[in-house]
Amino acid sequence: MSGEVLPGEAPAVLPGLLDTEAIRKDFPILDRTVHDGRKLIYLDSAASSQKPRQVLDTLQSYYERHHANVHRGVHVLAEEATALYEAARDKVAAFVNAPSRDEVVFTKNASESLNLVANMLGWADEPYRVDASTEIVITEMEHHSNIVPWQLLAQRTGATLKWFGLTDDGRLDLSDIEQVITEHTKVVSFVLVSNVLGTVNPVEAIVRRAQEVGALVVIDASQAAPHMPLDVQALQADFVAFTGHKMCGPTGIGVLWGRQELLEDLPPFLGGGEMIETVTMHSSTYAPAPHKFEAGTPPIAQAVGLGAAVDYLSGIGMDRIAAHEHAITEYALRRLSAVPDLRIVGPVSAADRGATLSFTLGDIHPHDVGQVLDEQGIAVRVGHHCARPVCLRYGIPATTRASFYLYSTPAEVDALAEGLEYVRGFFA
Amino acid sequence: MYQDVILDHYKHPHGRGLRSGDAEVHHVNPTCGDEITLRVRYEGGTVADVSYEGQGCSISQASASVLNELLVGKDLGEALGIQATFLELMQSKGRITPDEQMEEVLEDAVAFAGVSKYPARVKCALLSWMAWKDATAKALGEAAWEAAGQERRTA
Repeated sequence: MSGEVLPGEAPAVLPGLLDTEAIRKDFPILDRTVHDGRKLIYLDSAASSQKPRQVLDTLQSYYERHHANVHRGVHVLAEEATALYEAARDKVAAFVNAPSRDEVVFTKNASESLNLVANMLGWADEPYRVDASTEIVITEMEHHSNIVPWQLLAQRTGATLKWFGLTDDGRLDLSDIEQVITEHTKVVSFVLVSNVLGTVNPVEAIVRRAQEVGALVVIDASQAAPHMPLDVQALQADFVAFTGHKMCGPTGIGVLWGRQELLEDLPPFLGGGEMIETVTMHSSTYAPAPHKFEAGTPPIAQAVGLGAAVDYLSGIGMDRIAAHEHAITEYALRRLSAVPDLRIVGPVSAADRGATLSFTLGDIHPHDVGQVLDEQGIAVRVGHHCARPVCLRYGIPATTRASFYLYSTPAEVDALAEGLEYVRGFFA
Repeated sequence: MYQDVILDHYKHPHGRGLRSGDAEVHHVNPTCGDEITLRVRYEGGTVADVSYEGQGCSISQASASVLNELLVGKDLGEALGIQATFLELMQSKGRITPDEQMEEVLEDAVAFAGVSKYPARVKCALLSWMAWKDATAKALGEAAWEAAGQERRTA
């Protein structure tokens, strides 16, 4: 029924929308103005989301009332800080439906999570070891954080790096899946939702093929965890990485979920305090996972803040957030495709698609688009979005990207469409 | 930031297109993918031509057009002086308001004063100017380049 709405005609109600009026009250920053009193329209949540009061208050109260180092000391604050930090692990484990809390490793961001896996596999014994006789498979739509660690691993071990290409409409080209993933493949690492194209990838087909050949599966869920229910058991992956700051949490906290037996079998990456069992001057033994992978004082407040973010998102409901974003995406695709000379880079329908829309606007350079939108208070991202191979694939130097979240409204979509019309006129 | 002068140069660029030259360089701004291929031709100590082809934002394209308009026909020493003044303006973080003397040297290029307030865009404005300096050094050889710089400093 929403399909009947004509471009330029704001619908009274989109199906599935959240009560954004109430939600926006939780995000103080959304009230601010920029450039001499213009209302901020924040359409850059794929780069980093804003934070609700509930997360900010948790951070403040942690530091004001409970801070000490974790897992050491017997005093009250040390015990409270440890309890809060480990409670955050419980919350994250429940959020992704992990079979065990010990499968949740805290890192500083998704990049570190992915580097951790790549390094573990380089140092691992058989059957996991990546070496010159093996292959690593990624895709052409990965963020640099899921390309470069694998390039480094391939360079250091002599392994061959292979990848899936992209179709013209912004999907993974799996037509040659049996040639790309072979019996030599040791690990397949791919993004669940593209940070440029918005594409939601067909996990099942890739995982099935990887399992056939006995390859490990790593999923970069950085653009999925904030926006949709995430169930690591349903995904049937071996590792899942995501970051806190894109899902209403603080910066400086990321997550690596890994299957328990893998975390037990694989060697540590960083050595230091916290990750050991016993240390002599000759050798050490290691703490069980997840602590084996958390050397040094962890980002305690940030983990606690992520726990609060998970509570906040779960309180609203990830399925409701996904429905809201789907409605916004449908509406935004319709409004934007009516802007002359605008070309969506990525799927043009909202099916299997997240709320991240990249586009070009005629010959106008994205930096100019972004700057003139900013003058109107509209914050978008411009450039190659740390996924330069995607731009190369589609023969464009850069894109403008608008990304939406649970606090985004149809009125903001309208403002973007009108802003883009203004940009066109400005450079005409 | 987007002065009319800048938009005019962007929409109607001066001297765009590659023509014969003594040296060619290709410069890229990795943060945004702006690119320029630029050639210089010298006749004696005079900038006979600056020709260029590129893609990028309005700031980088307009800046190349202004460069062509300002530098072609000038002595190398004078051209270097203009380049240095433009560099100073662009690195001023918005703290320099061009005075009459600067306006006389930079002409249309003073319109970029506002761009200097945007750190992300300063590189766009400087792309062609850095390419020109590089191409000139390549065309004339390091010795002539040093001599021209010396002459300018003592002038």
